[in-house]
Amino acid sequence: MRKFRIMSALCALTSAGVFAAHVQAQEVDHAKADAEFAKFRAEMEDSNPAELFELKGEELWKAKRGPNNVSLAESCDLGLGVGKLDGAYVLMPRYFKDADAVMDAERRVVWCMTEKQGFKFDDIAKKPFASGNYTPEITSLVTYVAGHSRNKQFAVNLKDPKVREIYETGKEIANYRAGPYDFSCNTCHGSDGKRIRMQNLPNIGSKEGATKSVMGWPGYRMTGGVMLTHQWRMNDCFRQQRFPEPKYASDTITALLTYMTANANGVMYKGPGIKR
Amino acid sequence: MTKKIILATLVAVPFMAAALPAQADGAYRAKAVAMIQKDFKPRGQASLDRLAEDGVQAICNRTGNNPPAEIAKMLEADQMAAVVYPADGQLMGDWKKGEKLAQSGKGFTWKDKPGLPVGGNCYNCHQISPKEQAYGTVGPSLLHFGKLRGNTAETQKYVYSKIYNAKAHNLCSEMPRFGRIEALGTNQIKDLVALLLDPESPVNK
Ligand code: HEC
Ligand code: HEC
Repeated sequence: MRKFRIMSALCALTSAGVFAAHVQAQEVDHAKADAEFAKFRAEMEDSNPAELFELKGEELWKAKRGPNNVSLAESCDLGLGVGKLDGAYVLMPRYFKDADAVMDAERRVVWCMTEKQGFKFDDIAKKPFASGNYTPEITSLVTYVAGHSRNKQFAVNLKDPKVREIYETGKEIANYRAGPYDFSCNTCHGSDGKRIRMQNLPNIGSKEGATKSVMGWPGYRMTGGVMLTHQWRMNDCFRQQRFPEPKYASDTITALLTYMTANANGVMYKGPGIKR
Repeated sequence: MTKKIILATLVAVPFMAAALPAQADGAYRAKAVAMIQKDFKPRGQASLDRLAEDGVQAICNRTGNNPPAEIAKMLEADQMAAVVYPADGQLMGDWKKGEKLAQSGKGFTWKDKPGLPVGGNCYNCHQISPKEQAYGTVGPSLLHFGKLRGNTAETQKYVYSKIYNAKAHNLCSEMPRFGRIEALGTNQIKDLVALLLDPESPVNK
């Protein structure tokens, strides 16, 4: 069964390449491309190529790795106990006592890799996001972790004062205008129904917009056939904001993810998805 | 020019502190600023000094983009005073070049090469020519702008100064200050004025 689904995912990958070329050829016709993309995504929903990365992530999660030769399965606590995956993703960002920090899923996995397996942070942070057709291991791991929260509700614990503080800080970061263009997140994502060119911009402060902002991440990208994480999305939006580059797995990113995810609390997470 | 802005801010900030009740989220704002200051690294042309607020940004950030009217007026006048007009007084250029500029979204990101030319980004936020369907909606539609607003010397001056520095008219506008930050030069702004106002421009057909 699983094999069959992956076979069809591979077929989908091939046609994704065709689709991408097709879109490039008629770049002008954005509206049409948009509609086609929506149709394509619907067709791919039950042979989701993200599953390939979940499988890769599963291997990485279970393997003894790093200088300490331990697996994450036997050492990493995502908040529900060592090695416990089910439902962990939708409860993050959350406060972790061992690190004395609020962490989102990606940051937590990085923490486990450095603290438990003995990897060097700088090595992971060197190329933390997919590019071209390369997807880093950390992304597959996050995809695997996220896959274990499919069909569970987002429930960031705002009753925890430490989480609340990071949430409120994230809300303020989203408001902070600076740089040559005077942009903040809210310039583009601060009200309903806005677009940049043809791309719809979710209002990250509303429940509906926050839902769009957190759903489908980590996401499979058609062009390149890579997986991208929510952390990557923050990085690329700061680029568009004309800011300098946020440090990988930093508080600022966790704060923004806390703000958006908590705004979507109560919504059912559908698992790793497909993004353009 | 920069001196002037700093001066105005020095005047405005203490005044505001007196005029405004302490904001409930002030503490979180301070935390946010401290967090931002430590969490970024320079990349390409995007250096860390971009994280600091200038006078206008500081006021807008502290008032939820809704500064008291007197302060807004004062700072708008300050921004307006720094608008540089073409030496020959001619405010209309070539709408065809303007259209090209309006289309380009390039410039100022850490991936872009530093220096000119930088795109206008106009279609990212505005509907402009009826031929371009892929337009954003962060700003209002500018379709038929010249037809609706006329092509008088006064309108030309308004549009030129709006593109040069949107904050000279509306302090906390979401629109960048293209002339002030030297993203667009005098001639480029003239071409954009023509795109919006020239009766021959597709915008006004
Ligand atoms: C200059 C405009 C701009 C700014 C500033 C900006 N973004 Fe974005 N954002 C976009 C665009 C364009 C997209 C892509 C939408 C698409 O591909 O459909 C996007 C996508 C996103 C998404 C993904 C939405 C989805 O459908 O999955 C999130 C989440 C997001 N932005 C959050 C932020 C945050 C947080 C900030 C501040 C750090 C920010 N953005 C700053 C323009 C911007
Ligand atoms: C980030 C989005 C953004 C970009 C990019 C942008 N604008 Fe704007 N623009 C706005 C917003 C929002 C307003 C309305 C608020 C205001 O008046 O400042 C506006 C207002 C205007 C107005 C005044 C409209 C009126 O009815 O008086 C003009 C003219 C204008 N823009 C031209 C341009 C041109 C030309 C460009 C490209 C060089 C451009 N804009 C780029 C967001 C943007």
